Amino acid sequence: MQADGTETDWAALVSRVRDHQDKGAFALLFRHFAPRVKAFLMKSGADAALAEECAQDVMATLWQKAHLFDPARASVATWVFTIARNRRIDALRKARRPEPEELTWGPEPEPDQAEVMDAQQDTERLGEALARLPEKQRALILRAFYGDLSHSEIAAETGLPLGTIKSRIRLALERLRQQMT
Amino acid sequence: MSIRHHLSDQLLMGYSAGELPEAFGLVVATHVSLCDECRARLASYDALGGAVLDLAEDVDMSEGSLDACLARIDGLAQANARAPLKRAGILPAPLADYVGGGLEKVKWRSLGRGVKQAILPTGRDASARLLYIPAGQAVPDHGHRGMELTLVLQGAFRDETDRFGPGDLEIADEATEHTPIAEEGAACICLAATDAPLRFNAMIPRLAQPFLRI
Repeated sequence: MQADGTETDWAALVSRVRDHQDKGAFALLFRHFAPRVKAFLMKSGADAALAEECAQDVMATLWQKAHLFDPARASVATWVFTIARNRRIDALRKARRPEPEELTWGPEPEPDQAEVMDAQQDTERLGEALARLPEKQRALILRAFYGDLSHSEIAAETGLPLGTIKSRIRLALERLRQQMT
Repeated sequence: MSIRHHLSDQLLMGYSAGELPEAFGLVVATHVSLCDECRARLASYDALGGAVLDLAEDVDMSEGSLDACLARIDGLAQANARAPLKRAGILPAPLADYVGGGLEKVKWRSLGRGVKQAILPTGRDASARLLYIPAGQAVPDHGHRGMELTLVLQGAFRDETDRFGPGDLEIADEATEHTPIAEEGAACICLAATDAPLRFNAMIPRLAQPFLRI
């Protein structure tokens, strides 16, 4: 684990929270993600106090739901994003969010390590691809996820390699469904 | 279920960003419950959201926030997962949640000629309803002021554009003027959502519209 965080295995830290209620691992996750969640919520229109409170809620949810995290399907950043987004819908928009049916098999007890690695690297790869986009296009994507665009203003064409992520998850779903039937 | 008509990228990204009206969110969640292709596409947009979050410049948490959070989780049980929502017959879990059970719980109101609808309780920026169309019956020709999503749950309908069977989603906008007709066989049951009232081209349905709340 490096001090700058680029090589930190966040998924392993979540496992330690899940399996051992490891507060040291939680502290590392908190130091990395809480300030980002706070920034994300402030860009979504929350003031500093509300953003701080919600960031704490999000991190407490991470602790509580560590057993639901599936490292073969999403990176920790992606999972934290979905928790933060749901908190925003709840706290800022005071709206309800219908969620898709959960998959019956849940996180696999021993996920394929290559798949886990791929999923965990998505965030970094997409971050780099975002950085290469023209400024205007990148700004539109950021604004969409900050909740700064109405659904009709969202431009669907991102110019990012989302298809490769989709294909990988699609194949995994297909394989799991076959194993389950 | 072989689904041929899927969610648009715009709807998936809007749902992932958390910016869809609740009624549209219900259609997306219901379709994704039926469609692994769109589940995987949605996951790829969530991954993009993860990258956006990870790029956000840190804003310092106040002093003692970690200790405060640790103190909070101390008292929290880890396994307080709610029982996952269950599908009820042809209603996928998110829809069953709004109906409060399966089809038998739906409070239908007649629209005449065997057509029935039930409005679902969502936020007011868009409305969602279940539609029941007897086999062979047409829904009156109508245009749209906004966007209309129609997701087939049972049976099938055809209109000028194509055939829509179970799991298929039709996305109609202001340019769409169509006359959906339920196929012969089972009655067609759909989940429909719109962000504007429908306007029927025939006189009587238009007069009736305020009473029907569609």
